[in-house]
Amino acid sequence: MTAEAAVGAPALPESVRARIVAEFPKYPEKRAVLLSALHFVQEECEGWIRPEMVPEIAVLLEIREIEVWEVISFYSMFHSERVGRCHVKVCVNLSCCLRGARGMMRRLEELLDIRPGEVTEDGLFSLEGAECLGSCGTAPVIQVNNEAYLENVRLEELPAMLDRLRGRFSTSAGGAAGNGAAA
Amino acid sequence: MTEQVLLLLPPEGQNWSSLETYRAHDGYRGAEKALREMEPAKIVDEVKSSGLRGRGGAGFSTGTKWTFLPKDGRRPRYIACNADESEPGTFKDRQILERNPHKLIEGLLIAAYANEIDAAYVYMRGEYRSAFENLNRAIAEARSAGYLGKNILGTNLAFDIFVHRGAGAYICGEETGLMESLEGRKGQPRKRPPFPAVSGLWRQPTTINNVETMSHVPHIVLRGADWFKGIGTEKSTGTTIFGVSGDVVRPGTFELPLGTPLREIIFEHAGGLHPNRTLKAVIPGGVSMPVLTAEMAMQVAMDHDSLQKAGTLLGTGAIIVMDDRACMVRAAMVIARFFRHESCGQCTQCREGTGWLHKLMQGLEAGHGTKRDLEAIDEVAKFMEGHTICALADAAAWGTGWFLRRFRSEFEAHVEHRGCPLEGVSFEV
Ligand SMILES: Cc1cc2nc3c(=O)[nH]c(=O)nc-3n(C[C@H](O)[C@H](O)[C@H](O)COP(=O)(O)O)c2cc1C
Ligand code: SF4
Ligand code: FES
Repeated sequence: MTAEAAVGAPALPESVRARIVAEFPKYPEKRAVLLSALHFVQEECEGWIRPEMVPEIAVLLEIREIEVWEVISFYSMFHSERVGRCHVKVCVNLSCCLRGARGMMRRLEELLDIRPGEVTEDGLFSLEGAECLGSCGTAPVIQVNNEAYLENVRLEELPAMLDRLRGRFSTSAGGAAGNGAAA
Repeated sequence: MTEQVLLLLPPEGQNWSSLETYRAHDGYRGAEKALREMEPAKIVDEVKSSGLRGRGGAGFSTGTKWTFLPKDGRRPRYIACNADESEPGTFKDRQILERNPHKLIEGLLIAAYANEIDAAYVYMRGEYRSAFENLNRAIAEARSAGYLGKNILGTNLAFDIFVHRGAGAYICGEETGLMESLEGRKGQPRKRPPFPAVSGLWRQPTTINNVETMSHVPHIVLRGADWFKGIGTEKSTGTTIFGVSGDVVRPGTFELPLGTPLREIIFEHAGGLHPNRTLKAVIPGGVSMPVLTAEMAMQVAMDHDSLQKAGTLLGTGAIIVMDDRACMVRAAMVIARFFRHESCGQCTQCREGTGWLHKLMQGLEAGHGTKRDLEAIDEVAKFMEGHTICALADAAAWGTGWFLRRFRSEFEAHVEHRGCPLEGVSFEV
């Protein structure tokens, strides 16, 4: 799925559309599916929400486009700009900082040569400082895309961790290996 | 040392997520008793008299909260189950969701029968991937075993549970922010009244209860209120899952009776401090709650009354331990940054106040803080308390302001040294 999809063709993949529709029976109103819908988009479309998808989501949920945009910008997990195929979040809240999270972030910045909020040139990695991930007893904690957490991470493990991620995410043609493909 | 009392969690290393294992440990016997032998009103009474108080932070009586639901026959009625677990330091609900999810399902089922509820929505923070999958798997299992759906356990009860994913916003743990978010909007808290009991999800009667709170309901119903009251203290009954993090040898969760001494939790269960370190500060209930000095912490017990007397609150029972290396201004700065980031922006005091607190702390760390700035922190914190739509502003004021009030000399040292006197020693932020 690329941003240059032919004019007139739907931007939203059919599989995402089907998953959204399948959620409707759980709620008295369609708009309640909005957060799930945006998660589905990110899971199947390389971790971010392309602007041309927003009108289609709005039509499907019977709300206005602005209401979709408001939600995208309110929640920190939603990205309206491209992120790396491997979006690496490091918790930098108190319990993690007490156990060296800031040093880990610095090391990742060096290893990837990017700052939080940036994407590597090959489009593979991006970095983000996260608020408490609810795993403070196994600090420091990293989450890649929306997968299960990496806990008790040690500084010296970081290069090998990045290599493993390169192996998993760089060969694929994108899409299927996108965010949250662990399911 | 007080033994762990495991009502909510399986023994360490075990996972009771499968229905079969859960049933082998009294699973669904509380629900069977409730649905087959008890009148709904009797269940509400039992939970009320058990003294169970909410484990989401505010500590309000669960049975009493249920009695606020109207008796006007309006349907549908909902449970909003709070699994947002975003209070920094808190990681206890996740233990239930990942290791004992049927306990929550059973609690919700009993609550539904007791309060004429049609559906429960579990609002789970979006980052909890494993917990989300585990709970959904357990719900599917419960549904095929006849614990959810129509004609539950051969009665005419119909009830179902849906898991809803959040997307990274602390404010969605606040009860009305959660409802806005569940309905598909920004998580901006609602003005009250009307209260959720009469006008909650989709303006219908709704009770909002935390994951751990609901998970206590099965054993209260099965073994009785008196048995539950026998654990803990008079006004803080039962067990809770304490989470210990920060500068201890063995961080983790420990399920213990309320009223267990904080000293014992830190020095015995959590293995104490690292060699040659001394205790400096402890936050007893998540970063929203006032910090304690080491001296205060060593004398206090972990129940509502004792903590209140000591000048703080139980909150989520999330214990963050800091040893002599930790800079108190840095700790307060991280907390201020968090609240600044998480303020939903509706109220001026909160939006501006959290920004000011963060900037003032940054100034102290950067070496251009003044004596006047210390007064400003105190004034801003006081100005934020008690004037806003939700309690986030109070939390921000307590979580930061009390660092200044209880560790004033360390803040003053930042002014005198023109920067952090613990540079190179303290944790980094
Ligand atoms: C800013 C803010 C954040 C909150 N976050 C949570 C949370 O993550 N989980 C939770 O259970 N309660 C949270 N609460 C408390 C809820 O508003 C509510 O009191 C609670 O879910 C009720 O359940 P309980 O009575 O079982 O504790 C939060 C409150 C505030 C003001
Ligand atoms: S107190 Fe803060 S978080 Fe709560 S409603 Fe007001 S601005 Fe929003
Ligand atoms: S502070 Fe990092 S997971 Fe809680």
